[in-house]
Amino acid sequence: MLYAVVLLPFLFAAIVPLTKRWHSLHPGWAVIPLPTAIFLYLLSLIPDIRAGHLHRAEAAWAPSLGIDFALYLDGLSMLFALLISGIGALVVLYSIFYLNKRMEALRQFYVYLLLFMGAMLGVVLSDNMMVLYGFWELTSITSFLLIAFWHRRERSRYGALKSMLITVFGGLAMFVGFLMLYTMTGTFSIRETINELDVLATGKLFIPAMVLILLGAFTKSAQFPFHIWLPDAMEAPTPVSAYLHSATMVKAGLYLVARMSPIFSGQELWFWIVSVTGLISLLYGSLKAVRQTDLKAMLAYSTISQLGLIMCLLGLGSAAAFYPGPVEGMFFAAATTAAIFHIINHAIFKGTLFMVVGIIDHETNTRDLRKLGGLMSMMPITFTAALAGTFSMAGIPPFNGFLSKEMFFTAVLNIQQFDAAHSETWLVLFAVIAWIASIFTFVYSMVLVFKTFAGPFSEDKLGARPHEASLGLLLSPVILASLTLVFGFFPNILSSTLIEPAMASVHRNLLAAGEQFAVSIHFWHGWTPEVFMTIGVIAVGILLYMAYGRLRIMERERDGGFSLDRLYDLLLRILEQGSNRITNTYMTGSKRHYLLYIFTFLIIALGSTLIRADGIHLGMVEYAPVSFYEIIIIVVMLTAALFVPFANSRVVAILFTGAVGYMVTLLFVIFRAPDLALTQMIVETVSVVLFLICFRFFPRLKKGTAAVSSKVKNIVISVGVGLVMMFVALAAIGSSPFEPISEYFVKESYNAAGGKNIVNVILVDFRGFDTLFEIMVLGIATFAIFSMVKLRMEPGPASARVNDMTGAARLIPYPKSNDVILKTITKIAAAIITIFSFHLFLAGHNSPGGGFVGALMASAALILLAVSFGTDLLSRVLAVNFRMVTATGLLIAIATAAGSFIFGAPFLSHTFGHFYLPILGDTELATAVLFDLGVFPAVTGVTMNMILTIGGDREWN
Amino acid sequence: MELILCVAVGILFSVGVYLILSKSLLKIILGTSLLTHGVHLLVMTMAGLKRGASPILGDNSGSYVDPLPQALILTSIVISFGITAFFFVLAYRTNQTTGTEVTDDREGGEAANE
Repeated sequence: MLYAVVLLPFLFAAIVPLTKRWHSLHPGWAVIPLPTAIFLYLLSLIPDIRAGHLHRAEAAWAPSLGIDFALYLDGLSMLFALLISGIGALVVLYSIFYLNKRMEALRQFYVYLLLFMGAMLGVVLSDNMMVLYGFWELTSITSFLLIAFWHRRERSRYGALKSMLITVFGGLAMFVGFLMLYTMTGTFSIRETINELDVLATGKLFIPAMVLILLGAFTKSAQFPFHIWLPDAMEAPTPVSAYLHSATMVKAGLYLVARMSPIFSGQELWFWIVSVTGLISLLYGSLKAVRQTDLKAMLAYSTISQLGLIMCLLGLGSAAAFYPGPVEGMFFAAATTAAIFHIINHAIFKGTLFMVVGIIDHETNTRDLRKLGGLMSMMPITFTAALAGTFSMAGIPPFNGFLSKEMFFTAVLNIQQFDAAHSETWLVLFAVIAWIASIFTFVYSMVLVFKTFAGPFSEDKLGARPHEASLGLLLSPVILASLTLVFGFFPNILSSTLIEPAMASVHRNLLAAGEQFAVSIHFWHGWTPEVFMTIGVIAVGILLYMAYGRLRIMERERDGGFSLDRLYDLLLRILEQGSNRITNTYMTGSKRHYLLYIFTFLIIALGSTLIRADGIHLGMVEYAPVSFYEIIIIVVMLTAALFVPFANSRVVAILFTGAVGYMVTLLFVIFRAPDLALTQMIVETVSVVLFLICFRFFPRLKKGTAAVSSKVKNIVISVGVGLVMMFVALAAIGSSPFEPISEYFVKESYNAAGGKNIVNVILVDFRGFDTLFEIMVLGIATFAIFSMVKLRMEPGPASARVNDMTGAARLIPYPKSNDVILKTITKIAAAIITIFSFHLFLAGHNSPGGGFVGALMASAALILLAVSFGTDLLSRVLAVNFRMVTATGLLIAIATAAGSFIFGAPFLSHTFGHFYLPILGDTELATAVLFDLGVFPAVTGVTMNMILTIGGDREWN
Repeated sequence: MELILCVAVGILFSVGVYLILSKSLLKIILGTSLLTHGVHLLVMTMAGLKRGASPILGDNSGSYVDPLPQALILTSIVISFGITAFFFVLAYRTNQTTGTEVTDDREGGEAANE
C-alpha cells in the first residue's frame, strides 16, 4: 500500500493528459480524488502508528550499490504525508476555480503538480538515502516547472531558474553528505545509520557530512542566506505558492533536519548551526516582510521567517540529546514538540493566507498594498479567513498560532539552562531575538490584513469594484481558517494522534521500550514569563503598527546597497562569462588549433608511456636483410613524400603523393603481400584519377601565407609525432608477448574455410563481420558523395556563385580526347582488364585476388573508358544506376551472411564442399564466394558512382 | 630492413601531420593519404618482415608471413579509399560554394564567440 501512496501520483500524472477528450470537465476534478484518498488512507493508519507499528515496504533495486526502494511510515513521515496529501487536496480544489480552463495549459499544470506530490511523498517516506535524494531533486525540478508555468514572463523564468539552481546546489551537497555517511557505515538506510552511531561519531567525515546535509536542508527550506530564491518563486501561480512554497516543499528541509536529528543531535555544532541559522532567518524574514508592498512577497518573507522559527526549535530540541536522564531530556525536547506543532499550524495558516491573497489577486487584479484597502465590506468571507490566518500567525489567542508561539517562548527561555553549550550568555540572545522577531511578525500580520481590508477603498486605483469570490474558491481557505480555530481550542486532537508519534521518531532515545510521549497543550499556565512576552509583543506591536503608517515605509525607495540577490546575480554572471571566456580561449573554432591539441596530446601520452615503460630500445631481434633495390624504393618514396609540402602546383603535389603510393605498392610486393600490392596499386590509380577530376579546375595553389611562428609550431609538432611513431614502431618490433593469433589462421585456413589465400579467407570468413561493415562504410561514403554533389540546398547567392565558377570553368576546354589510337587501345584494354578482374574475383579464395581487388580492377576498366570517351558517353552507354548496384551488392552480402540462419548456424557462418559439375569437373564451391559476390558489385558501384557523380557534375555544368 | 622502415614510417607521419596542419584542403587530404601509408607500413613492420612465404597455402613452404596484418591493411586501404573520395568531394563542393579551398579559421572563431 505504501508503494501505491508514492507511485499513484506518478501514474495519475501519466493519465491526466489522456483526459483531453472531456473538454467540459476541468481536469482538476480528475485529479482531486487522489490526494483525498491518500489523505483518508493515511488517517486510517494513525492508530497503528500510535501503537508503534511501523508500516514498511521494501523492494531491492540495485542491491550491489546498497540501494533499495524501501518505504517506511512512522510518526514523522505520517505528519508530513498528511500535510502533503491534505493540503494537496485543498489546493487542487482551489485551483479548479482559480485557473481558467480555457486560458491555461491546465493538463500540464496538473501533471507537474502530481509529479511534485509523488516526489514529495517519496521524500518523506523513503528510508534509503539515495532514493530520498532522487525524490528530493525531483521536487526541485517540478518546482522549477511550476514556477515557470507562465513561462512567457521573464520574471517567472528567472525565479524558476534561481530556485532550481539554489535547491539543486543544496541537493548535491546533501548527496555528497549521504555518500560520506555511506563510506562510514556501509548502508544507505537512515534507520540502520542511526544504529551505527558509535562508528559514526569517531569518523573523520562525520562533521563534513553533517554540514553538507544541512546545506541541503537550508537551501530547500529557504534559510538565510539561501532564502533568496523564495521571493522570486512567488511568480508561480498562487495555488502553487500555497502548496509548494509555504506548506510542503519548503518543509522538506525541516523534515530532513528532524529525520537526521537522531544521527547528529549529539553534536554541539549541530545544535548551534541549526538553531542559529533558524534564528537569523526568523529575524531577517520578519524584518524584510514588514517592508514589502506585494502581498505575496510579504508572505514569502513571512514563510522564510516562520521556517526559521521551526528550524530554530528543532535545533533547540536537539539539546535534549546531551542529557542522559529523561527529566532534562523531556525538558529540552519540548522545543521539538513546539516545532512539530508549529509545522502543522504554519501549513494551515499560511495556506489560508496564500489562498486569500490569491482571491484578492483574482478579484482586484493587484497584490499591491499601496493600491488595496477597504475590501472588508465587499469581501466579508475572505476577510474573515484572512483575519483567522493573520491572527494565528501573529500569535494571538484563541488561534492555534498562539499556542505554538507560547511553546516557542518556553523553548527559548528554557534553553538558557542548557549548560552543555559552554556559553550561557549567548543563550540569552535567543529569547531576546525571538521576542523582537515576534513583534515584527505581529506588525506585518496586521499590515497584511488591515491595509488590505480596512481603511479607505479607492476605486480609481483598482479600476473595477471587486466583489466576493465564488463559493468554490472560498471553500479551501475557509476550511483551513476554521482549522486554525479548531486546533486553537482543541490542540490535543493533534497531540496524541500526530505529535506524539512524530516525537517518538525524533527523540527515540528518550523513551524506554513501549513508552509513549505524553504531550498535552493548554491555553493557560498561569502568569508565566511567556504570557508577559506575548502581552509585550502585542503592545509594542500595536505601537509599531501605528507608527508604520506615519513612517511611510512602503513609499520608500529601496535599491542601492548590497543585497544577496545582487550577489547571486553577480556570481551567476561571473560564472557564465568566466566559463565562456575559458572555453573560448581553447575552443577557438580553428581546426588547426584542435589538431594541435590532439597531436600534442598524442605526443605526450605515447611519449611518456614509452619512457615510463622503458620502451625506447632497438629490438634485439634479427632484422631482415636489406638489398640495394629496396633502399632505392624507400629513398624514392621518402623523397617524393618530402617534396609534397613544397610543391607549388596542385598537380605536382598530387602526383608526388601518387608516387609515394606506388612505392608503397612495391614494398608490399617485397614484403610478400600480393593482395595488398594489387589492391594498393588499383586504389592508387583510381585515387589519382579522382584527384585530378576534382581538383583540376581549382585556383592555383598560393604560397603559404602562414606566419613563421605557426609554421615552426607545425614543424615541431609534426616532427614530434613522427619521432614518437618511429619509437613506437621500434618498440613494437620483435616484442610479441602473446602467441600470435595468426598461427590459427594459417593452420585452419584450408581445413575450416576451404581457401588457400589466407588473407582472403580472413577477410571473407574469419573476420567477415569486419568486411561487411567495411563495405557498408563504402556504401555510406557513396551516398554521402552523391547527395553532396547533387543537392543544392540554397538556391540563392550560393548557386549564383556556382554559375560564376562554371562560367570560369567553361573557358578552359574540357579535355575530350580525340586520340584515335588511345580510343582504340582503350577498348581492347578495357575488355582485357574486365576479364582479368573476373579472374581475380573467382580466384580470390585460393590465390591472390578477391572481391575487392576484382571490383576495383573492373572499375579501373570503366574509368579508363571514361577518361578516353568522356563520362557522359559512358553513362549513356552503360545506363546503369551504380547506386543500385552498390545497394544490390550490400544486400547480397547481408543475405549471404544471414543465410546461415537457415541452417541454424550463427550469422556469417560459411561452408564449402566439392561438387562435380558437368563441364568444370570437380569444383570446390564455398559460400564465402557468395559473400565475395556481394562485395564485388558493392565496391564497383561505389567507385563508379564516385567517378560518375563528380565527373558528371563537372560536365553537366 | 625493419630499422630503415621505422625511420621511413616516422618521416611519413611527420610529413602527413605537417600537411594536415596546413590550411589548404588539398594539402590536408594529401596529408591523410601519406599518414595512411605510414600506418600501413607501421602495421606491416610491427609483424616482422620477410619471415616466410606469401600467405598462400600450397607454395611448398613451411612458414608464411603473418597474414593478419595484411588483412587489416587491406581493410584499411579500402576504407581510406572511401574516406579520401569523400574528402575530395567535400573539398570540391567547398570550392564550389565558397570559391576557395583554403579553410578560414577566423570564421569559426567568430561563431564560437557569439
